[in-house]
Parts: sequence; structure tokens; C-alpha cells
Amino acid sequence: MTLNWFKFASPATFYPLAGRLTRPFWILTGVLLVIGLYWGFFQTADQLGGSNPQKEYYRIIFIHVPAAWMSMWLYIVLVFWAAIGLVFNTRLSFMMANAVAPTGAVFTFLALWTGAFWGRPSWGTYWDWDPRLTSELVLFFLYIGYMALHSAIDDTRRADRASALLALVGLVMVPVIYWSINCPDPTQCAALHQRSGLGKIESNILFSMLTMTLAFWMYSFATSFMRLRSIILTREAEASWVQELLNREHSR
Amino acid sequence: MPDMKARQKRLVFVGLAILGIGAASTLAITALKSNLSYFFSPSQVIAKEAPADHVFRLGGLVTEGSLQRQGEGLTVNFDVTDNAATVKVAYEGILPDLFKEGSGVVAKGRLRPDGVFQAEEVLAKHDEEYMPPEVASTLQTAHAEGVANAAANPSPANSGAAN
Repeated sequence: MTLNWFKFASPATFYPLAGRLTRPFWILTGVLLVIGLYWGFFQTADQLGGSNPQKEYYRIIFIHVPAAWMSMWLYIVLVFWAAIGLVFNTRLSFMMANAVAPTGAVFTFLALWTGAFWGRPSWGTYWDWDPRLTSELVLFFLYIGYMALHSAIDDTRRADRASALLALVGLVMVPVIYWSINCPDPTQCAALHQRSGLGKIESNILFSMLTMTLAFWMYSFATSFMRLRSIILTREAEASWVQELLNREHSR
Repeated sequence: MPDMKARQKRLVFVGLAILGIGAASTLAITALKSNLSYFFSPSQVIAKEAPADHVFRLGGLVTEGSLQRQGEGLTVNFDVTDNAATVKVAYEGILPDLFKEGSGVVAKGRLRPDGVFQAEEVLAKHDEEYMPPEVASTLQTAHAEGVANAAANPSPANSGAAN
């Protein structure tokens, strides 16, 4: 059996599919959030030991780290759809990029915000021009800039192409954020973040962190599909299939 | 390439753009690598490389046993070292939770005429371990035992394993 992927490149086909997918993604989000938060609050140690003796407030990493990961991942997704749109001139890919952007911006903000709350008691400051903090802030401005540029241009096709180009150029920030901590010896550089690894995180803490990451990912699918549906309806308002849909809704 | 389709041209264009972005990223990361130290070490301060008349950052480790609180107030004194030179630091305020003797610290402030660094802000650093206290202490005990064993039996095979 060969699946015709191009069938789904049509907004009219994808609209009902996105609608059917929304609910399963919301259910997955809820289940994973409950597991992740329960594990994070009740199955992990009250504080950390060794030379990193953080108290209860370390639990913010169950929100902070997944949000920071999603902020980078969703930007890659956004650029992927923007690039596909630029190359193949497909309307739906631009709409996908549009639908992902607000969720990405929310996660970037959440990462910065929870980081500030955590930084005050542990580091002693809400904000510092640490390489990772600075590059994450630039990522936030890129999301905002992408959305602002898109809404500033009236002609949708021109707006799509201009903002896709901005998103593409902004991709430079993602590897910079990821590799912004490359100080081998923490006493040699003032970067406040430290690079960690999966082997340096206790398994219960890691489990909660990864579950929360999955939950955030499922949430991103759910919200992006909901947003995509309203973008499709707005842009295809004149199309006959939307009119038929409206008539059916009215006659019910 | 006149026989390329418009779509292929755009594909090449986007591909080149991504290549350029990759190059820019690599350059930025390389620049960050060589430029991460935006503070002065105690050795640099002693060698008078740090600015004498304006605010700078001092980074290093808090010397073990050097932390002193003055009376009932918030004023604290401690030494910052890079294991080669040591600078005395005075600070008035609440120290961050992760501030500890033997741990990394970054202080922002200026040098007083008497050579003491008057800090306006003290930042503590965390490390990459996310382990509960029991696990962390077990690891430390195991490490200490390994070092002790290596010291007791200084055979070539053992000394290699202890490193």
C-alpha cells in the first residue's frame, strides 16, 4: 500500500484530520503531565547532594528543562515547515509554521521565566548575561519577530515568504544555544549554566524530566493543530469546501 | 543552470542558506569558546591586570575556612582563590543558597585602595550533578575508598585503575 502524502498537503484534507488528532494529543498531554508531575513531586529526593546541594527549588527543572528543550525543538520544526514552504510553495506548510510559532514562544518564555525564579535563590540573581541566557532571549525575540513580521504584511503570500526567510536565518541561534556551555572547567569561566549529561542525573529525576518533555511535546501538537484549524478556516474562508462546512454546521 | 526547474532553484537556494547558517553558527560557537571568561581571576588581579577604577567581575573558588560573618550584620568576608593567588572579598548582603566554601563564585564589584575586593553582587555556581544526597555521598565514599586502595597498593595495575 502506498500512502499519498501529497493528499495531506491540501488544507481541505488536513483540516478534518487535524481535528481528529487534537483530542488524542490532549489526552496524552494530560496523562503524561500527571505522571511527570507526580513523579517529580513524590518520587524524587527533597534535595540534591554532593557539591550541588540545591533544596526543594531544584524541582523547577521538571518544567524548566523540558520547556527549554521544546523552545529549541519547536524552532527547528518551524524552520522545517518554512523551508518546505519556500521550496515547494505549499500553502499548508506555511500555515504549519505559523501554527507552531506561538507555542514555541510560550515555551521560550516559560524557560526564561522559571529560570529567573530558580536563579534568584540558587545563583543569587534573576538574570545574568550568561551565554545560554542571552542566546535563549534572542530565540524569544526571533519567535516574536517571526510573528510580528508575518502580521505586519497584509499580502499573506508575501508575509509567508518574508517571515519564513527570517525564521531560516534565525536557525543560527539553535546550535548556539545548545553549545553555549562548553567550558571544560567550571572554575575557569563565568558561564552560570553547567553542561550536564544523562549519566549525571539520578534516574527518578531523569524519568520525571523526560516524561514532562513528552507531555510538553504532545501539548505542542494539540495546540498547533487547534491553531492550524483556525488558520486554515481564516485563509480559505472563500473556498467552497469551507462554505459547505459552514452550511452543514448551520443546518444542524 | 537554465534547465533547472524553479522548484529546484529554490531548493538549492534554501540549501545554500542552511549551509551559510551552519557556518555562522560554527563561527559564533568558536568565538564563545575562546571568549567565555568575562571575569578576572585572582592571579590577574594580583598582577594588576584588572581595572583599578571601575567595576569588574572576580571569579574563582571560595577558600575553605575563609568565610567570616561580622557581628549581627549582613557583612561577610571571604577569600577567592584560583589556587595560585588569593584575593580578599568583602560583601554586604544575603549570600545565594549555593554559596559554599570550596565552590565556584563570581563576584561583581571594585577593588578598594587597601586591596580588598568590595563586592556589590555575589553569584554562586551550581554543577552538573543532579543526585540525591545519599547517592552523592556513596559516590564520594567509593571515590575515597578507591584513592585509599590505590595508595595502599601502589602496584602499576592499580594506579592505572585509580585514575
